[in-house]
Amino acid sequence: MKTPELLSVAKELRVWIIEMLAESRSGHPGGSLSSVDLLAALWFSEMRGVDAPGGIKDDRDRFIISKGHAVPALYAVLAKKGFIAPEELKTLRKTGSRLQGHPDRMRLPIVETSTGSLGQGLSVAQGLALGLRMEGKKSRVYCLLGDGEIQEGQVWEAAMSAPKFGLSNLCAILDANGAQIDGPVSQVMPLEPLADKWRAFGWHVIEIDGHDMEKILHAYKEARELGQSGAGRPVLILARTIKGRGVSFMEGKIEWHGVAPDGEQAKKAIAEIRGGGSNG
Amino acid sequence: MAKATRQAFAESLVKLAGNHQEIVVLDADLAKSTKTELFAKKHPDRFFEMGIAEANMIGTAAGLALSGKLPFLCSFGCFLTGRYDTIRMSVAYSQANVRLVGTHAGLGIGDDGHSQMGLEDIALMRALPTMGVFQPMDARETELVMEYLVNDWKGPAYLRLTRQNVPDLYPEGRVFQPCKLMEIVKVDVGRPGVVCFATGAAVAEAVAAAGALLPSGIAMSVWNVHSLKPFDEEGMLAAIKGARLVISVEDHSVIGGLGSAVA
Ligand SMILES: Cc1ncc(C[n+]2csc(CCOP(=O)(O)OP(=O)(O)O)c2C)c(N)n1
Repeated sequence: MKTPELLSVAKELRVWIIEMLAESRSGHPGGSLSSVDLLAALWFSEMRGVDAPGGIKDDRDRFIISKGHAVPALYAVLAKKGFIAPEELKTLRKTGSRLQGHPDRMRLPIVETSTGSLGQGLSVAQGLALGLRMEGKKSRVYCLLGDGEIQEGQVWEAAMSAPKFGLSNLCAILDANGAQIDGPVSQVMPLEPLADKWRAFGWHVIEIDGHDMEKILHAYKEARELGQSGAGRPVLILARTIKGRGVSFMEGKIEWHGVAPDGEQAKKAIAEIRGGGSNG
Repeated sequence: MAKATRQAFAESLVKLAGNHQEIVVLDADLAKSTKTELFAKKHPDRFFEMGIAEANMIGTAAGLALSGKLPFLCSFGCFLTGRYDTIRMSVAYSQANVRLVGTHAGLGIGDDGHSQMGLEDIALMRALPTMGVFQPMDARETELVMEYLVNDWKGPAYLRLTRQNVPDLYPEGRVFQPCKLMEIVKVDVGRPGVVCFATGAAVAEAVAAAGALLPSGIAMSVWNVHSLKPFDEEGMLAAIKGARLVISVEDHSVIGGLGSAVA
């Protein structure tokens, strides 16, 4: 898919996210919306072997959503891809649903691993990348992290070890929207300079605007080509994003981290997404 | 003969690895103590030194399992349970086919003190959904449990091992029945007044106690429990029929271990 198409997919994903959350009356819009453009480009342009609805292929590229609370964005992607029916999105967070509030591998294996306790996905992604490489598979492994999430120590354990194992088939995507629950990341627990930190751990860092589709596509391509070149380094895409992106009354607002829109708000949000410019 | 079950484990691991290419091993700077260095020497390409970073080791093992490998991740039991949240979500609630191996079980490790002893590991591991919990009593049984964990068990499992040597107890020629109780001291006449369940290094203690009680006319049977989860409830109910006293012995906190399973 090319940029104009991706932009329209991203809009559709945003609409579904809002609809899902309004229906379930709970969930996390802010961090779901900030990652939509990154996910749209990844799943609809970059990842290989994830096109077969209902079919899970061994040699597919893998995606792990370490910031599990943003899973509505992934469910929307999976619906668009045909892995789940769009009607099923309405079952988000319902008892018995495959679409739990946080990804549950036991119910929905395509999520690869269960997440929701922050800080763990990168380790699992690294193990997967290691194992797939040992198996001689060409698969690449992607992992979405939140910038609040990386305050967890385990993330830095993984940051330390992935370069040791030369995992050039591993690409972490940091959705740096600058906000967490108790406030801005810069106040809760400052992390800058982020790029320097990851570089110092041995990662190749690509810093981009996480809502600029062209830049996102280019970053994935750079990561892939670096992997194929045998550079032996994992890549971190440091994506500067806006929490709640695409819905003006949510953008940059910490209070929209974990609160679902009501019916009226959802209507307003969807109208804005549908009517909005090419970048949502 | 006496041997530490950690040693028997590592020897068995090396043996099994020949026919099981899917086996990989991770350790966190304790390969000399967990004995996985035996494996590392034989299969350096399948051994991952993860440094003193257990949570990342656990998550990495989960990822390896998702790619089709059968990872054995090893450290002292207490250092593994210290990263409980990662075991809980990335392994148990992800049904990752990982073998967590915790050595240095209980007070039996000797003088190092509580910081190095697995004292609550059975309780914590038993509490996790999908997690099996196994503790062999001697070297031979360690080998048998290892074969079971490699060939048959699906999903996550915890294997608890001793630092210290334990005597050979496994009865010659006895068929191994996975996840079932095994009577190790049988009472000669009638039904036993006392029935004792024991696991791991404590089995040898229980056997010695049964012998010591005989002169005073107390007949105590001893049952070895290598599988704490699943726990053989049926076998236990049959074993305690008519008993006047049921006791359990284990090198572990009284909360959540074998005693709790029996109760
Ligand atoms: C280990 C753990 N601690 C706390 C939480 C609760 N929690 C859920 S989301 C969140 C903030 C996450 O911030 P960030 O990673 O920046 O996510 P985003 O802003 O992209 O939504 C917290 C603290 C959790 N899920 N896991």
